[in-house]
Amino acid sequence: MYDGVSKVSARVHLRGYASVALLLALLLTILVAATVYVFGAHLYPAPPPISQDAVQVDHQYNLTLYVTGAAFVLAQLGLAWAVFRFRDRGQKASHIRGNVALEILWTSVTVIAFVGLGILGRNAWAGARLTPAAPDAIQIEVTTNQFVYTFRYAGPDGKFGRLDPALVSAPTGNPLGIDPNDPAGQDDILAAELTVPVNRPIELLIRSQDVVHNFFVRELRLQQDAVPGMVIPVHFSADRIGTYEIVCTQLCGLGHYKMHGLLHVDSQSDYEAFLKRQALDQ
Amino acid sequence: MSSDSRIAHAAEDMQAGFLRRYVFSTDHKIIGLQYFFLAIAAVTIGTVLSLLMRFHLVWPSAHLPFIAGGIMTPEQYLALMTMHGTIMVFFVLTTAPQSAFGNYFLPLQIGAPDMAFPRLNMLSFWLTLLAFLVMLSAFLVPGGAPISGWTAYPPLSGLGDITGPGEGMGQSLWVASVLIFCVASLLGSINFISTTIDMRAPGMTLTRMPLTVWAWLVTAILSLLAFAVLFAGGILLVLDRVAATSFFLPAGLVVSGEFQTHGGGSPLLWQHLFWFFGHPEVYIAILPGMGVVSHILANFSRKPVFGYRAMAFAICAIGFLGFLVWGHHMFVSGMNPYSSLTFSLLTVSIGVPSAVKTFNWLGTLCGGKLQFQSPMLFAVGFVSFFVTGGLSGIFLAQPAVDTELHATYYVVAHFHIVMGVAAIFGILAATYYWFPKMFGRRMSESLGKLHFWLTFVGVYCVFMPMHFVGIAGGIRRYADSTGATYLAALQPLHRFMTIAAFITAAAQLIFFYNFFRSIKSGERAVENPWDATTLEWTTASPPLAGNFAGRFPSVYRGPYEYSVPGAAQDFLPQHLPPEELASGGKERSHAS
Repeated sequence: MYDGVSKVSARVHLRGYASVALLLALLLTILVAATVYVFGAHLYPAPPPISQDAVQVDHQYNLTLYVTGAAFVLAQLGLAWAVFRFRDRGQKASHIRGNVALEILWTSVTVIAFVGLGILGRNAWAGARLTPAAPDAIQIEVTTNQFVYTFRYAGPDGKFGRLDPALVSAPTGNPLGIDPNDPAGQDDILAAELTVPVNRPIELLIRSQDVVHNFFVRELRLQQDAVPGMVIPVHFSADRIGTYEIVCTQLCGLGHYKMHGLLHVDSQSDYEAFLKRQALDQ
Repeated sequence: MSSDSRIAHAAEDMQAGFLRRYVFSTDHKIIGLQYFFLAIAAVTIGTVLSLLMRFHLVWPSAHLPFIAGGIMTPEQYLALMTMHGTIMVFFVLTTAPQSAFGNYFLPLQIGAPDMAFPRLNMLSFWLTLLAFLVMLSAFLVPGGAPISGWTAYPPLSGLGDITGPGEGMGQSLWVASVLIFCVASLLGSINFISTTIDMRAPGMTLTRMPLTVWAWLVTAILSLLAFAVLFAGGILLVLDRVAATSFFLPAGLVVSGEFQTHGGGSPLLWQHLFWFFGHPEVYIAILPGMGVVSHILANFSRKPVFGYRAMAFAICAIGFLGFLVWGHHMFVSGMNPYSSLTFSLLTVSIGVPSAVKTFNWLGTLCGGKLQFQSPMLFAVGFVSFFVTGGLSGIFLAQPAVDTELHATYYVVAHFHIVMGVAAIFGILAATYYWFPKMFGRRMSESLGKLHFWLTFVGVYCVFMPMHFVGIAGGIRRYADSTGATYLAALQPLHRFMTIAAFITAAAQLIFFYNFFRSIKSGERAVENPWDATTLEWTTASPPLAGNFAGRFPSVYRGPYEYSVPGAAQDFLPQHLPPEELASGGKERSHAS
């Protein structure tokens, strides 16, 4: 009920609505401007990609950014415009219940935009995940436990020795539980940091001894949980020599925040020297 | 129970003592208020926990007087994080929009005297309160609260304190609380569904139901199906913890150097069960807000909801698709990479009904006569946050892009905006809107506006920069920023967010002051202060037991008949017969 609102107080109301509508529209516009600026100026960029798969991910990321960015700008500015344009100025609201043609139009546009992105997104995923590693890929096993990474190379025989969890004993120098009676395990090389040759296909076999961990290298756009009971293969080929950080992104206990490793992408000769050095150490 | 005996029952309640009326009440309105105040307590605790975390992230070596040892340890940080997430999701985002407002207003809006099962309703509340107390007690036991996050992935959560502090008794209490909460939610959802199906007033056809009722109904169906699965998963987790079973624990585990005798289970099984609940849970939190926002936008635009049927259909479509997308939480989990593609397409598809809702909200505003009172401001804020948080989800819906953003602060920003902030704006809009009905008084409009401006700007200042922290590689759930060298560069952003968080939290004190002061001494409210059309506005503020003072409303038209051409006033209440309208029903709209 309009319980006896006088004309004067109604005018005060209307003026109040005008300033509120203006402020709200202004804040929405500032939100859009600030967001577009930070994305456009690349103030907080992801590090440059170091593999073809990572370039694909960036491509899909950028495509998604353009489509959702356009939707963001249009929707927020549309909201700002509607809020200001249709503020109560004493007019009469129009009695519109809807518009079937419009519903069909915007449903179709969203289907094309969103589902289209989803379908295109397949490409970036397919290269990394739906194809197996190249047959000549170097296999390196990644074992996680609270809160360290251990990397195992198969050694000159190209075969990993058998693991027996009951034999795991870090203090006695067998953190993975390699079976001493398996000849394939005699030449296995363990390392605390991951070293790979540049431009060579690498296949990681990711596993965990205790809880769920994760292996994430931002520059590779490669992130994979390490799940106990599973050996999960992922592959990549890094095309830039350098040292990159490996972080754990799956909550794994109180030391989660400092579970950290390094990835060294080396020249072929440095890589071979690394293997020799490690073999001598063991 | 027939309606007559229910009213007699309600009348008995009125004569009963204080305990029977306000504590062990079976009146849906009292139970709704009990849920509401429980959510207020929970959101206060949950916010304090988050502020402690934000403080620690920026000033990790500061001495805190109430922390044992002075400086927060990593396990204390993770315990705060686990409890913040759990309390907010279960006891705020599930409790306030559905259990509190649904309980209070669903019967009123469909013209029913109470819920279908009043005693069951009371049991639901008391079980929820028990669950809350059990959850809080995890702070007090040796080892403290669990550190495994609100997702509680085994083996971390499945083996006892060998995996970390808090994983002993603390984690057991966590599971116990969640199981109790599941039972409460199942009972509540049965009640909501039965009430909506059976107790609608004559003439209240499905397509005359307010969109709030549609949202509560679909949310109740989601609760019924989702909490049942979480309950099963929780029981299996308990068995793994105490009965040496191995549902989630594989062979060959070596934890802290000790070989474990479990074997045959799968950690991924828990993730599937958890997210089969966990994703619909997002919609349990947000659908009621969507209903409330549609309702308020129409009321304060003085226009019918644009595309009512499309809106009701979109609620159902979101509810249905919500059950088919859980795998998008698991793109990096080790699940089959082909299933990721399926989940990806289903996830982007859920963006379609969500976008339809947004377009229809804009359509409702266009051509309206927008009156910017506090409920309207929070409803418009909801739309803005829903757009922002929904669109950032399109990135995470694609497995390739998710491999870059997964488990970074980008995800934290995304779900806080779309599930936390948007839902809270829905709750606040509902609070400002229905406060006059619930307490018979009005909240201060100027304090309400001040609260809105500070919260709207503050929340964007907290969560927009968080996206950029994530894009630059900031990892969530890290107790400090020393884990990787590149994290130090993100500290200035963290500092900004923490300061914004403290200011935004302080602004909520304005709300609390306004809320509690208005309960006591706010201006008296009339029956229908917003010139609204739906049935809750046709009875006293607050309504007496039995809701409609012994009368039964009949419904003659849809819920959003605003600015009908040729009508004497710009709103046509649902309960007014056409002949009363013709005779100038304006004066008589309070008497039916």
